Amino acid sequence: MTSDAQRETDDPTLTDSAPAVIRMRNISRIYGSGSTEVRALDGIDLTIRDGEFVAIMGPSGSGKSTCMNMIGCLDVPSTGEFLFRGVNVGSLDRDELALLRRHFMGFVFQSFNLLPRVSALANVELPLIYGGVRRAVRRSRASEALRTVGLSGREAATPSQLSGGQQQRVAIARALVTEPPVLLADEPTGNLDTAMADDIMTQLAQIRAERGITIIMVTHEPDIARYAERVLYFTDGKLVKDGTPEEVLS
Amino acid sequence: MRWLDILVMAFQAIVRNKLRSFLTTLGIIIGVGSVVAMVHLGQSATRSVTDEIASIGSNLLFVMPGTAQRGPGGIRTTAEPFDLEDVQAVAQEVPDILVAPAVTVSPTVVIGNANETISVTGTDNNYFAVRNHGIAYGRMFDQDELNAGSAVCIIGTTLIDEMYLGQEPLGTTLRVGRTACRVIGVLEEKGQSMGQDRDKTILMPVKAVQRRLLGSLDVHTIYVSALIDGSTSRVQKEIESLLRQRRHIDSPKDDDFYVRDTQDIANALASTTNTMTILLGAIAAVSLLVGGIGIMNIMLVSVTERTREIGIRLAIGARTRDVLTQFLVESIALSTLGGIIGLILGIGGTWLVTSRLDMPFVLAPGVMLLGFSFSVVIGVVFGYFPARKAARLNPIDALRHE
Repeated sequence: MTSDAQRETDDPTLTDSAPAVIRMRNISRIYGSGSTEVRALDGIDLTIRDGEFVAIMGPSGSGKSTCMNMIGCLDVPSTGEFLFRGVNVGSLDRDELALLRRHFMGFVFQSFNLLPRVSALANVELPLIYGGVRRAVRRSRASEALRTVGLSGREAATPSQLSGGQQQRVAIARALVTEPPVLLADEPTGNLDTAMADDIMTQLAQIRAERGITIIMVTHEPDIARYAERVLYFTDGKLVKDGTPEEVLS
Repeated sequence: MRWLDILVMAFQAIVRNKLRSFLTTLGIIIGVGSVVAMVHLGQSATRSVTDEIASIGSNLLFVMPGTAQRGPGGIRTTAEPFDLEDVQAVAQEVPDILVAPAVTVSPTVVIGNANETISVTGTDNNYFAVRNHGIAYGRMFDQDELNAGSAVCIIGTTLIDEMYLGQEPLGTTLRVGRTACRVIGVLEEKGQSMGQDRDKTILMPVKAVQRRLLGSLDVHTIYVSALIDGSTSRVQKEIESLLRQRRHIDSPKDDDFYVRDTQDIANALASTTNTMTILLGAIAAVSLLVGGIGIMNIMLVSVTERTREIGIRLAIGARTRDVLTQFLVESIALSTLGGIIGLILGIGGTWLVTSRLDMPFVLAPGVMLLGFSFSVVIGVVFGYFPARKAARLNPIDALRHE
């Protein structure tokens, strides 16, 4: 990991002294080759510090999802250097990436992505099963996570018995149950109505305030992006705007 | 991941799709069930054959005139028959044996209003020991009756059931051919043997059959029982050389008689049933293979159907081997479950068939273990490819899968 002094000189616009969670240098992600080559990401330089609440915006095809997958260590860059907490992600194999996701990240998706026909509690327990946590401990941690998102008493409910907002809260509980330092949300409110969306966003903001975790969120709704402190705007695989919601969205 | 969690996960997935899981398992159930049933039935058949041979009389040799082989000179049909002097010579010259002559005819037997064709054997008192067929009640022949060829007989139990209609036969007179014959004893019940009712028989003194029914002094078969276990081949050789001497035969290939060991017959029959067992087992094994392909088929469908679930698991931090193990354990659990059910059904079916056919019920733990472990192996082999397919999915594509 680079020293604080070095980082100051690398990126003079950031005066915050918190350590970097994400550090991308000249990242490109290229699909296909030759004439069918598509540059989903094209020379991205980006630093995200510990505890930031970042919204990623842009039209479809702008590369925001690719960037999110990259940050989530689901994808690796074609060229450039990506450090996650100082670890060079590009040099990791499939299973090392999985371990990185298991211990450092929680995922929340637009379509909730809960296991169907499985109880809310079992869904929340899932990441702990892969972590090898004992059943009794798993149970109590999973119900604790469900309580955090206000779903106490609905442990036995399957996703089909829950409303969209409730399902997304189960998904948030699942993402938080391993107590990861980073929460990644891909259009978390995309399938919800406005009231529910606000509800979810309030919840995320509150969790961040309580735990000091980093939240990185993809959205195309300016109202949702305003919950963040920093907005990144992508167009054609390039990061074109980076600033507060007021600066970027005006 | 802990093994208990993996197992619980697999069984949850199986239970979630009950009907499909059952249908998938059916192939294995039928496969293992038929392998187990076939091999068990084969072993029961072998056992019942060897049991029957033992009940005919162990260490028993048959000596008959005629040739066992057909040579280039054609079938030799005019072999000189034995007579009682041959029987006596064998009994005197060969040590440690018991000898009984047998003259067999099939006359009409009349008892009251009933008449039937029944096999009548003329013999002496050695017969009971040599053929392992004792007297239930009444008595054996006495020496006077044997010397004189008296018209007395010892009858099998089937005659009492079918012709005496359950009435007391001892002391009554029945008609054998044209001879009136007094019943002096009843044989022990022996039951069916290789399709023959061994209780539907009449024994008379050998001279009585020769004079009154056959009209010659021929002896059809000489039964020899070796008194020392394992000496049958020595006894066989001694009888052969003795008879060659008596019949002026120079080389074994000119023999006009043959000596058969019941052990030989038992071995031949056992090897036939063994061959059948192997054949049937092989056919059943093919059905097990088909069951395995069924498992692979459904697991592949399942992987496609659950692509999104796999994506979620990968995103959450499942490693390649976690997903591989999960799907492998699922297919092994399916096939093992099928193996257990098949085992139970196979043994149950065997029990049902053997009890209906009056065969001995033999449990073969080796076959049970083999059938069971085969089902596990099938789960591993046919589950591996779908599991690997699941484990190698790209998490991003899997998450996007509809």
